[in-house]
Amino acid sequence: MAKYKMHVLVCGGTGCHASESDTLLENLKTIVADKGLDNEVQVIATGCFGFCEKGPIVKIMPDNTFYTQVCPADAREIVEEHLIKGRKVNRLLYVDPENKEHISDSKHMGFYKKQLRIALRNCGFIDPENIDEYISRDGYEALAKCLTEMTPQQVIEEMKKSGLRGRGGGGFSTGLKWEITSKSVSDIKYVVCNADEGDPGAFMDRSILEGDPHSVIEAMAICGYCIGASYGLVYIRAEYPLAIDRLKTAINQAREYGLLGQDILGTGFAFDIELRYGAGAFVCGEETALIHSMEGLRGEPTVKPPFPSVSGYYEKPTNVNNVETFANVPVIINKGAEWFASIGTEKSKGTKVFALAGKINNVGLIEVPMGTTLREVIYEIGGGIKDGKKFKAVQTGGPSGGCLTEKHLDTPIDYDNLLASGSMMGSGGMIVMDEDDCMVSMAKFYLDFTVEESCGKCSPCRIGNKRLYEILDKITQGKGTRDDIDSLRNLSHVIKDTALCGLGQTSPNPVLSTIDNFWDEYIEHVTDKKCRSGQCKALLQYYIDPENCVGCTACARNCPVNAISGERKGIHVIDQATCIKCGACLEKCKFNAVFIK
Amino acid sequence: METIKLTIDNKVLEVAKGTTILKAAKEAGIHIPTLCYLHLKDLNIENKPAGCRVCVVEVAGRRNLAPACVTECTEGMVVNTHNIRVLNSRKTVLELILSDHPTDCLICAKNGNCELQTMAQEFGIRKLHYEGEQSTYREDTSPAIIRDVDKCIMCRRCEMMCNEVQTVGVLSAVNRGFMSVVAPAFEMNLDHSVCTYCGQCVAVCPTGALTEVDHTNSVIRALADPTKTVVVQTAPAVRAALGEEFGMEPGALVTGKLAAALRRLGFNYVFDTDFAADLTIMEEGTELLDRLTRHLNGDKDVPLPILTSCCPGWVNFFEHQFPEMMDIPSTARSPQQMFGAIAKTYFADKINVKREDLVVVSIMPCLAKKFECQRDEFATNGNPDVDFSISTRELAHLIKQSNIEFNALPDEDFDNPLGESTGAAVIFGTTGGVIEAAVRTAYEVHTGKKLEKVDFEELRGMEYIREATIDFNGLPIRIGIAHGLGNARKLLQDIKDGKSEFHAIEIMACPGGCIGGGGQPLHHGDSSIIKARQKAIYQEDANKTIRKSHENPYIIQLYEEFLGKPLSEKSHHLLHTHYFDKSKDIKVVE
Repeated sequence: MAKYKMHVLVCGGTGCHASESDTLLENLKTIVADKGLDNEVQVIATGCFGFCEKGPIVKIMPDNTFYTQVCPADAREIVEEHLIKGRKVNRLLYVDPENKEHISDSKHMGFYKKQLRIALRNCGFIDPENIDEYISRDGYEALAKCLTEMTPQQVIEEMKKSGLRGRGGGGFSTGLKWEITSKSVSDIKYVVCNADEGDPGAFMDRSILEGDPHSVIEAMAICGYCIGASYGLVYIRAEYPLAIDRLKTAINQAREYGLLGQDILGTGFAFDIELRYGAGAFVCGEETALIHSMEGLRGEPTVKPPFPSVSGYYEKPTNVNNVETFANVPVIINKGAEWFASIGTEKSKGTKVFALAGKINNVGLIEVPMGTTLREVIYEIGGGIKDGKKFKAVQTGGPSGGCLTEKHLDTPIDYDNLLASGSMMGSGGMIVMDEDDCMVSMAKFYLDFTVEESCGKCSPCRIGNKRLYEILDKITQGKGTRDDIDSLRNLSHVIKDTALCGLGQTSPNPVLSTIDNFWDEYIEHVTDKKCRSGQCKALLQYYIDPENCVGCTACARNCPVNAISGERKGIHVIDQATCIKCGACLEKCKFNAVFIK
Repeated sequence: METIKLTIDNKVLEVAKGTTILKAAKEAGIHIPTLCYLHLKDLNIENKPAGCRVCVVEVAGRRNLAPACVTECTEGMVVNTHNIRVLNSRKTVLELILSDHPTDCLICAKNGNCELQTMAQEFGIRKLHYEGEQSTYREDTSPAIIRDVDKCIMCRRCEMMCNEVQTVGVLSAVNRGFMSVVAPAFEMNLDHSVCTYCGQCVAVCPTGALTEVDHTNSVIRALADPTKTVVVQTAPAVRAALGEEFGMEPGALVTGKLAAALRRLGFNYVFDTDFAADLTIMEEGTELLDRLTRHLNGDKDVPLPILTSCCPGWVNFFEHQFPEMMDIPSTARSPQQMFGAIAKTYFADKINVKREDLVVVSIMPCLAKKFECQRDEFATNGNPDVDFSISTRELAHLIKQSNIEFNALPDEDFDNPLGESTGAAVIFGTTGGVIEAAVRTAYEVHTGKKLEKVDFEELRGMEYIREATIDFNGLPIRIGIAHGLGNARKLLQDIKDGKSEFHAIEIMACPGGCIGGGGQPLHHGDSSIIKARQKAIYQEDANKTIRKSHENPYIIQLYEEFLGKPLSEKSHHLLHTHYFDKSKDIKVVE
């Protein structure tokens, strides 16, 4: 990187890519070349910066200028003003929502201030398609250290000491998992990277693979060294074409550099990686289902034990870790377990990446130390609730998680606290809801997802979730009863108790946590037939404002069910029991007297 | 043996390491209900996808309930199989399954014989607390099997049978979530697949999702038609199983009652497929000796081993999956079809009835026979040699409908000439029987000596692949036996790879042979029933005075009067067949 005076980093993540960051990149390159600056200025595409709300992002180094929402047409101005004349393009800088000041350095933005990037350390800093850039940031140093200075057991000990836990949702100790797999006796073992990210709104794995694929490759090789595997597989969903491309490029480069293949770094250790594509079934994130899918079988889970670490891919011991888990590994080796363990809470070490979504100002990907509170995440990093609305709940852990409320805002986020609060870490989806969100509908939304994604193998998940969905639907249609809420509860508990895999065992969580935290809303839906957020259309009620009604009778004449009564020139009234909510009165009233509540 | 101590329902037990909670409970006399689980112990077949979740139990210290069928016992485990948490969950799960199941039990083919129905009754289900949409699918009717998958509960037993045991690979789970169901690829019809119609899927289906095509009405109509002479033949394995449908112990032999019942149903002639089995031995045995002699004389173009061809499921299997080896199986038709061909020629002439006016009905333990009798090559001018094939189960229905008190029937004999048979014929009903019958005749024909002992114990048993060498007066004849198509595949692969050293191989599509056929009374997972039937078959053989096919006087008469000799031109025309390459019938969409 040294030979260039300036670097222009353009976000090449999927989000910015969708907003034409590729054209922007081309434009910048062309203009830089036209101006004869190509020897002094390097323009590269990087991985995701995380601040997707404000994408496409362009960062200029070394002065650390952070441009937001840059269009392809802005390329000329950036080159001519910033690169040539040294004047920042003010209109492209981030505006602080509080004091309306332009901020040019990301370090001073609320979104980044509280973040600590370990797994995402290289995303947005390096060209993911250039192995040299990864190496220049200590890349493959950890692998070299493991292979030349440490025994597999020492590496495992280091991992155990670090306290790293699985970032895919389970939260199992990574070091322990490696140790179990290393102790399984077999001629062949496998390292599998689970890149079947499926939580709605979550995209940390994709971002890591798009922005820093080598970190995962390096970690997989380290894992292979520890457990005695010479073969690695990345199970990645085919809907991640960019991540697949970058990963393929990275694997090829690693092979060229002798960092994958036979006799790595002259140590005799052999390790190589292949990709396996998934068709995007959520259940294939479950490790046994994932393994079956890789074997060419139907992607459905089997009962554990046997755990994959004993009998996995083609019945060989298989160590399955998630992308984000792997991304943490090289740093732990380089900086030491103690350093890593110094971050976070007592039982949850390091950081966690969250995908912030929903009714929040700063939608995007963030990484914070374990123990950060929800309030910090939502209000400081996330910039608070959109349009100044009131915070209502946050769903963590995706469809398997639960929703947390106001009273949980100051709980430090870690595996155990989230579980204790009735939710879970999951893979790190975080969807924020405001006062306009109906919690019954929210539960229904997640059930709709799990019904769709159930593999259908076990009856409680296959049929039970469908029934949960149907009851929730009935409630949102205004046809629910108090008994339905009891049914939801009983059925949820039975499903949790009897479903075969993690998907089914957790799918009722959104139902239970919304019933627990928003009991009033459920009661309103079933007894008052009201949805306070107005989201359940069937529960809307039409009223006539006596102030505006002139008694023209247009509404009464047009009501197909004669629900409106009133004398000519007298105030009209809608009989709620008869009204079918067709909206004819609203449409016919010329005096704005009909309104919905 | 390493053992484990645990407590189930306050009983302290000691079981072998690796024992599941379900098995441990069973040993202790504790009943845990199961639905998807299937264990055919004597056939070494086990289905435990742990999908239905009916067998869940509480294990102290465990977060959720454990499926007893797959959870292994661990030291000190404390299990509760029937507390309120377990009972509520179990009942709720069953209610869920029922909520996605049609309630047309009264008109379902499995009414009274359905494991789901029985369970609902045992659980005392009176109300479904979680009703809602039901998953519905297109019904699929093939020549032998009906798939009404609205009734599929995803127990996956059929899938396990079709893939693991039979290696046919037609049935597997398709779709996701609520619409998941077991079906052929792309949800195509069975008759567009490589289905062999072995019917093992039907044999294990706990509900009415897989049933046979019912031909009883056609039989009733034929019997009622005064212009028709109706002849019935009944396969060897039927007599060893039919009694079960009338409350008799498994293995009860009902040959005499069977003949009496058929006569009371109104069949004009009550014959026996066993007669045709003897005829099969004459043809197939001669073919074996002929091929063997030519091969031993140095004609290397003569393929060995010779494979039996009386099982229609097996014939379908190799036509689809091993078409390049179509010259290896015997060309002899199955006993069902030999019977039909002789009945509609020799016998029709004898009683002076026109072919069109003679209806041949077969009672079979098999569903593939329904397909077989519909094959074009087994018809003359569109008139099939065998008009209708009904299963043992269908016959039981027919008897029950016809006001016949089966258990009180006297024992009667079959009619002649096509009702006489030997002990060699009856053992066609079990795995190993066809080849034993063939050996009895081939030995005597080849050596010209009388067999000292007709029982070839070395060919009997339930082991999936068996082999034995029989001394033909100095010539060692190597015999192979396989039952279950997956095992047949292994022997075929060996032949294909040039590794097979057998002279003759018997293959039966169904585990156990015809006694375990897809048309037999349902065993509901109790494989000891199949063993009992096997015992009965050998008992019937031992009871016979004549035990070698070539000694059947009516067979001798048939050759004298009509066929001439085995492998004669007439025999070739009526008793032999040819096979078709069906590998191209299935087009995989690229």
